[in-house]
Amino acid sequence: MLRVIVRRLLQLVVTLIALSALIFIWLRNLPGGPVEALLGERATPERRALLTKALGYDQPILVQYGKFMQRVVTGDFGNSIRTGDPVTEVISRAFPATIELALAAMIIAVGLGVPLGYLAARWRGRSLDNLTIAGTLLGISIPIFFLGYLLKDVFTQNIHWFPPSGRLTTGLDNTNVTGFFVLDGLLTREFDASADALWHLILPAITLATIPLAVIVRITRASVLDVLNEDYVRTAEAKGLRHRTIRGRHILRNALLPVVTTIGLQTGALLSGAVLTEKVYNWGGIGTLITDSISGGRDYPVLQAIILLAALVFVVVNLLVDLSYAFIDPRVRVR
Amino acid sequence: MSDPTTQAGTPAPRSGDDKPRPGMSERSIGVLGDRKKARLDELARASAADRGGVSLVRDAARRLRRNPVAIIGAAIVGLFVLVAIFAPLIAPHDPVQRFDELTKNLTVDTIPGASGEFPLGSDPLGRDFLSRMIYGARQTLFVGVLATLIGLALGVLIGAIAGAFGGWVDVVLMRLTDVMLALPSLLLAITLVAMASRSSQWTVIFAVAIVSVPIFARLLRGSMLAQRESDHVLAARALGVKERNIVLRHMLPNSLTAVIVQATLTFAVAILDAAALSFLGLGDPDINRAEWGLMLGVDGQRYFEVRPELAYYPALAIIVVALGFTLLGEAMREAIDPKNRR
Repeated sequence: MLRVIVRRLLQLVVTLIALSALIFIWLRNLPGGPVEALLGERATPERRALLTKALGYDQPILVQYGKFMQRVVTGDFGNSIRTGDPVTEVISRAFPATIELALAAMIIAVGLGVPLGYLAARWRGRSLDNLTIAGTLLGISIPIFFLGYLLKDVFTQNIHWFPPSGRLTTGLDNTNVTGFFVLDGLLTREFDASADALWHLILPAITLATIPLAVIVRITRASVLDVLNEDYVRTAEAKGLRHRTIRGRHILRNALLPVVTTIGLQTGALLSGAVLTEKVYNWGGIGTLITDSISGGRDYPVLQAIILLAALVFVVVNLLVDLSYAFIDPRVRVR
Repeated sequence: MSDPTTQAGTPAPRSGDDKPRPGMSERSIGVLGDRKKARLDELARASAADRGGVSLVRDAARRLRRNPVAIIGAAIVGLFVLVAIFAPLIAPHDPVQRFDELTKNLTVDTIPGASGEFPLGSDPLGRDFLSRMIYGARQTLFVGVLATLIGLALGVLIGAIAGAFGGWVDVVLMRLTDVMLALPSLLLAITLVAMASRSSQWTVIFAVAIVSVPIFARLLRGSMLAQRESDHVLAARALGVKERNIVLRHMLPNSLTAVIVQATLTFAVAILDAAALSFLGLGDPDINRAEWGLMLGVDGQRYFEVRPELAYYPALAIIVVALGFTLLGEAMREAIDPKNRR
């Protein structure tokens, strides 16, 4: 077990190094670079050369990369070109917002998706099944930013159930402990802040949950249908076990493996979706940071760090998913 | 609507008769590793698996024709393509012409709605919205098809090289695709667009295309590897056919099915991603271009409070077309799945 973890972690490091090199070289070789972004298109060549030198962009790319990696291993990703703040600080400020949103979305997707998929499979071909399938197809075909605007329009403009944007009502002061506003409120016993944060979280979370929800429903349904035809289910029925036991121990437990895999793979979709959802609801997380880093000049240090972080999160989550198999299903021997 | 992650389409072992045996698949839970890869490989193997007797393609086509889902999907796709081709004949007006009777009523917070000559009213620049919607089919088809084809071509190239050579070439190329698969697709597309000095229609097409490359590459490589050991390739090799011809004439053509199915599904993703890029302000900057993603992402967003129809119609068009391609693609996938052979 330990050897597997070590090997996978080594693979992870290799992937990240390869990725960092690719991104580094790509980003450096682009027109409209950070120098132009800072000085504008009409800056004199002298000023441009001066800044290029100051930022170290005049050195050979390998030297630049070497220096970059040297700093990265000490946790220094440089400073944001746009604001001048350290990249690690900029990102750690935005990161909890996105994690909070993504977790909420995943809770909705799994909490709703697994039961729905299971029920659809159990009543295959009936109206609930057909409705569910139609819903999932719609879910993966709708541009989620459009869905976001639609929900926002209905639930904040027509009926005022939810706040339209942001993470907290302005004027409401909360103590920042973890950066997860809902959790912070609970920790500091500022329950009004916690409730308010939750209130702000619901619509964005539903928007972001759409695609993972659709995918999870479909995988669960397909997986349960597969298991239903297995010999051991027939055996269990023949033995006269209670239906509840069969469903819980034999069907659901065996059907959940592919679902767990899917949950891991949806991390990527969540990060992509967060960029769009955060823009719709003005959420102020990593997604917003990405959009700002691109539209307000190309803020390479920030972009670079975010891409590496996204890949890291994705690979680590999937590693955890793989490792969790051994606990869910004893038949799986980790290789 | 079976899903490939749950069942590995392991090739049926060849017994005396050459008939494939359906239902010989077994669940693949014992294999750990990157599940995204595993899933693609399984898919590839499933489609490359048994063939013999009736041609797989003909058999699949027969099953497709009987599947109502496939027919609905094909009908939507067909209608969409027809509208795209005959847009100039169908559209009542020129999509880029600004009409005085529309522009004179334009203010900051009013955009003229439906009137006799302009059934869907005006767009924010006083152009006929209906005509733009109709021409939009053309541009959307263009973006989707081109993005899919570029992704397909690059992916097939990488996958074919990896599958044909094997060895370290395979390892290097597959590591590269792993790196690409580790990035969220939209984030990768955003980065690619951000790299261009100024965005254009081509940066969008290219960015959306690149995202699908690793998927195509993995799929094709998987099928090719499965082909390597298949009877007809062994036979060709025994007959002394040149290795190059084995790859080009035997392995590649037989491996393309899964890739073509994936291309159908990719089209839907491509137009959704293009719309997302427009929404993020990274889309095509040409204000004359009528493309649904662009119309939804830019005007639809900006004027949502003023005239939500500007978002509703392009969104509806995108949803229906994406749905059509998804339905068709999934029906095709189901049809070529050896599990479903009778």
